[in-house]
Amino acid sequence: MPTASPWQRWRRDESGVDMGTVLIAQAAEALDSTPPLTLGAAWRARLLATAGALRDLALAWPFPLLVFAVWWLAAHNGWVAEQILPAPGVVADTFNDLWQTGDIAANLQISLLRVVYGFAIGVGIGLVLGVAMGLSPTLKDYLYPSFNTFAQVPSLGWLPLLMMLVGIGEALKIILITKAVLVPVAISTYQGIRSVPTRFIEVARVYQLTRGQLLRRVVFPAAFPQIWTGIRFGMTKAWLALVAVELLASSEGLGFMLVYGRQLFQLDVVMAAVVVVGAVGFALDKGLALIELRLLRWRRASF
Amino acid sequence: MNTRTLAAGAILQRKPAEVGRWRRIARGAALPLAVLVVWSAAFRLGVAKTEFLASPEQVWNTALRLIGNGYLLDSLSASLRRDLIGFVIGATLGLGAGALLGFSRLAEKLFGPSFHTVKQVSLLAWIPLISLWFGLGDPAKVAFLSLAAFFPMVLNTFEGIRSVPRELFEVARVFEFSRWQLIRRVVLPSALPSILTGVQLALMYSWVATLGAEYLLTSGRGIGNLMVDGREHFWMDQVILGVIVVGVVGYVLNVSAIVAEKRLLRWRGTTTARFS
Repeated sequence: MPTASPWQRWRRDESGVDMGTVLIAQAAEALDSTPPLTLGAAWRARLLATAGALRDLALAWPFPLLVFAVWWLAAHNGWVAEQILPAPGVVADTFNDLWQTGDIAANLQISLLRVVYGFAIGVGIGLVLGVAMGLSPTLKDYLYPSFNTFAQVPSLGWLPLLMMLVGIGEALKIILITKAVLVPVAISTYQGIRSVPTRFIEVARVYQLTRGQLLRRVVFPAAFPQIWTGIRFGMTKAWLALVAVELLASSEGLGFMLVYGRQLFQLDVVMAAVVVVGAVGFALDKGLALIELRLLRWRRASF
Repeated sequence: MNTRTLAAGAILQRKPAEVGRWRRIARGAALPLAVLVVWSAAFRLGVAKTEFLASPEQVWNTALRLIGNGYLLDSLSASLRRDLIGFVIGATLGLGAGALLGFSRLAEKLFGPSFHTVKQVSLLAWIPLISLWFGLGDPAKVAFLSLAAFFPMVLNTFEGIRSVPRELFEVARVFEFSRWQLIRRVVLPSALPSILTGVQLALMYSWVATLGAEYLLTSGRGIGNLMVDGREHFWMDQVILGVIVVGVVGYVLNVSAIVAEKRLLRWRGTTTARFS
């Protein structure tokens, strides 16, 4: 059952009748009168749920459609110049063109490859750092203040310095994405390991697990959900960093498509690229969410 | 630091993890000092190319020079002004939109899906569109910063309002609160932690967005412009100074958000202690 909005919870009873009593009375009545849940009733419940979902779906459309209608009218009647706002049809045509010619696919491939490299390296370094700081208080004392200072400066802040140090080649993109990923991964790994409940470790001690067993069977499984949260957040950050670096220093990729469209005042190209950027960001996050469901299945099964 | 959080590490090390405070500070300073020494030594010994890279001393001198002639403070105040204007506009709109979505289920169903779709677009990707609509000046930057602050604010306000415990509504009903009392005395206090998280995120996002806007919409002054300028002229000292300032400002904004949160939520500690 979805949680009701505060207003609904508030309105539920304006008559001054005590809702608790009413609910108990209704429940008692329901127990007395309704036959046990039959196949028909189950179907009806399912039907109602489907109807609810359909209604929600229907309600989601009016607003975007209204926006589209105003957009279309504005372009059609020439209220705004085409350089400022091309018609929806023009954007769709451009998108189609870019898709057909393979421009989108080619740039997408370049961008995705950069993200994959940066993400893999960033997750690797982040895990090592997080585990080291999580397991050894001494290492934590040495590394954490420096790491924290390094993390204070957002990726965008490092960008100009990095451009001077490594140029604007492929290394720049991968280093920046690596940085964007490694910070959240390291922090959440560190915190995940630190917050393994003491009683788990006590149980492990009772069972006289070795250090390796303790890590493999207690610490990592217990810390995993939080580590994964960091990895997911890292992916979001990686995608942000990619767009940033491609906007500023690239001659290919999705970010470059945005810059290119802007420079030529081709807003249709910009909008098509924005759609792709949004869709890919969404797909990456959903992909990791699906993996999470599979990986954490043992967790629900055990409770 | 309490024993509970240290347990995993301490047991693995099999020795007491508590080390004196000064010892820990010294350990924390070891790495930065080592970097500074190596960096400085590389120049003194002539390993690094001086015309391209900057030594720590150069960075220090540049900092003094740019503070002296007012360039640094001008840039910083221009950036901060922009940042705060954009933050205030975006956070206010976000608070309103989040409250609307939170209070009205119909509004959530009408606008929620569109909002979540638009939110997916990586923030900086809006800049080319915004620059074509608003130009390269301050209006474009402020519009972009507002957008950056808007999203986290909507989400956290919405979450905060939706997670007000049902029991509190029942109590409010027993006391026959008016709608205004309900908002002021029930919804607002219990949604406040989440809303303040939104404020903190919005501050961070809009600061990063300030940099992005200044890199890409290159007109006027700002810390971002200072760094881009330094990069174009191969003045690495100026760029490094920019990196440091960016970090310090981000840190200060973050800490002030946390301090404000602690002050505003001080009452919570006492209530939970008394009632639980």
